[in-house]
Amino acid sequence: MHGLVNRAIERFVRDSYGTEAWRAVTRRAGLEMTSFEAMLAYDDKLTEDLLGAIAAHLEKPRDEVLEDIGTYLVSHPNLEALRRLLRFGGVTFVDFLHSLDDLPGRARLAVEDLELPRLELRDHAANLFSLLCRSRYHGFGHVMMGVLRALADDYGALVLLEYGAASDGAEVICITLIESAYAEGRTFDLGGRTALG
Amino acid sequence: MTGGDDHGVNRALDALCPMHMRLDAGGVIRHAGPTVGKLFPGRAIEGRALAELFEMTRPRGAARLEALLRAPGGKLHLHPRVPPCVALKGVIAPWDDGALVNLSFGISVLDAVRAYELTDTDFAATDMTIEMLYLVEAKSAAMEASRKLNQRLKGAMIAAEEQAFTDTLTGLKNRRAMDYVIGRLIAQGRDFALMAVDLDYFKTVNDTLGHAAGDHVLQEVARILVDATRERDTAARVGGDEFVLIFPGLSDRARLSRVARRLIAQLGRPIPYQGRECRISASMGTTLSVNYAHPDAETMLADADAALYASKGRGRARHGFHPASQ
Repeated sequence: MHGLVNRAIERFVRDSYGTEAWRAVTRRAGLEMTSFEAMLAYDDKLTEDLLGAIAAHLEKPRDEVLEDIGTYLVSHPNLEALRRLLRFGGVTFVDFLHSLDDLPGRARLAVEDLELPRLELRDHAANLFSLLCRSRYHGFGHVMMGVLRALADDYGALVLLEYGAASDGAEVICITLIESAYAEGRTFDLGGRTALG
Repeated sequence: MTGGDDHGVNRALDALCPMHMRLDAGGVIRHAGPTVGKLFPGRAIEGRALAELFEMTRPRGAARLEALLRAPGGKLHLHPRVPPCVALKGVIAPWDDGALVNLSFGISVLDAVRAYELTDTDFAATDMTIEMLYLVEAKSAAMEASRKLNQRLKGAMIAAEEQAFTDTLTGLKNRRAMDYVIGRLIAQGRDFALMAVDLDYFKTVNDTLGHAAGDHVLQEVARILVDATRERDTAARVGGDEFVLIFPGLSDRARLSRVARRLIAQLGRPIPYQGRECRISASMGTTLSVNYAHPDAETMLADADAALYASKGRGRARHGFHPASQ
């Protein structure tokens, strides 16, 4: 798994639960290192062990941990740079949803060896969408649930999300847009670059 | 073109090229796209001459429409006459009896987006600006992550090299470091002195008081060697109880003799260890790079050793030079 993914998981634990919790998780997962490098590649098994250890430590189901990670990625101030990159996807939440098809390609433009799940948005009605996630790693759909929830807030949109599985092994998220301008949302200023902390 | 058509054309151009301007035969702006307006906040654009609002840098100083239309490939470089004067690229083509100009921020787009507080809607949907801004941010973030990784790797590398050049017991340089230092001095053609130091009776300390006492003695010797030498000198432990001192820029036999005498005196003092006294002394031999037409490390080390063994033969706790007399 790409170091960026492992590093994101690490920062999620550190920023949300503290350094002590992170130490406990690495001990439980039997990791030799105490920190991941964002730009190195790691064995896939490490990531699985890590997620298992986090779920056990937090006493939460794995799926819920994954969704929390997705929310963290968009909403935590330490990852403002990532929120900004996602907001480049569109002016409105619906624009953003339509930009998701391009997300893996966009990510590869920035980091060539970063493999994100293939995403496919289908619109069924003006306010009804489904997002298909296909990945070697089952559970990315839960991460996307968290990402979508947090980004809906960011755009000020009110949405209902429902997780399910498609017949061909893909994960599916059903998205119902209740109101696109429900709340104020956060501003996005094209020129306001921030460094990745 | 009729008035009714005009309206439709303007609307279409505003959507397709939000930074376009339509000029009449006199070079006066008759219509401007919405993003052009952002360059001149609070000012009217339509009805003003192009040359009045923009300074032309290519073709330089061109004001009249005919001059602009003669620009090779219709390419223009220009900037607004009001601050922040961000550089713009443009392209001009004849239109009716006037011309159509389309502007772009070119490479100054990052500055422009900030200076004019532009948003997605200021660019045509096909414009690559948003993708470019995205790419700049994404690449900067990725580059920053790589830069941090490089920094950490560099730190780890320095630590590893430091370790590999250091004798872990005494903290002195090791044989590898000594070879490196001598090699560098020779390569730079600098004069230096090489002093071989060998402890007398060290084996006796090890045999009678144990290895821990021996280690303690070596650490004390290392401290004395470091104290007796200058910052730029090198003290290396090259064997069990063998040391080498390198003195760059020192070829004065009298001075080296004084250093050696001082060291022999200090190393001859008993070293206390857990209530016992460890007694050693040191024999030394020195050679100077100025003795050789083409100094090489192996010969010099062998000659310093020869001088050292001559000292030992003369009764230990002595120092001598190679060659013995000069």
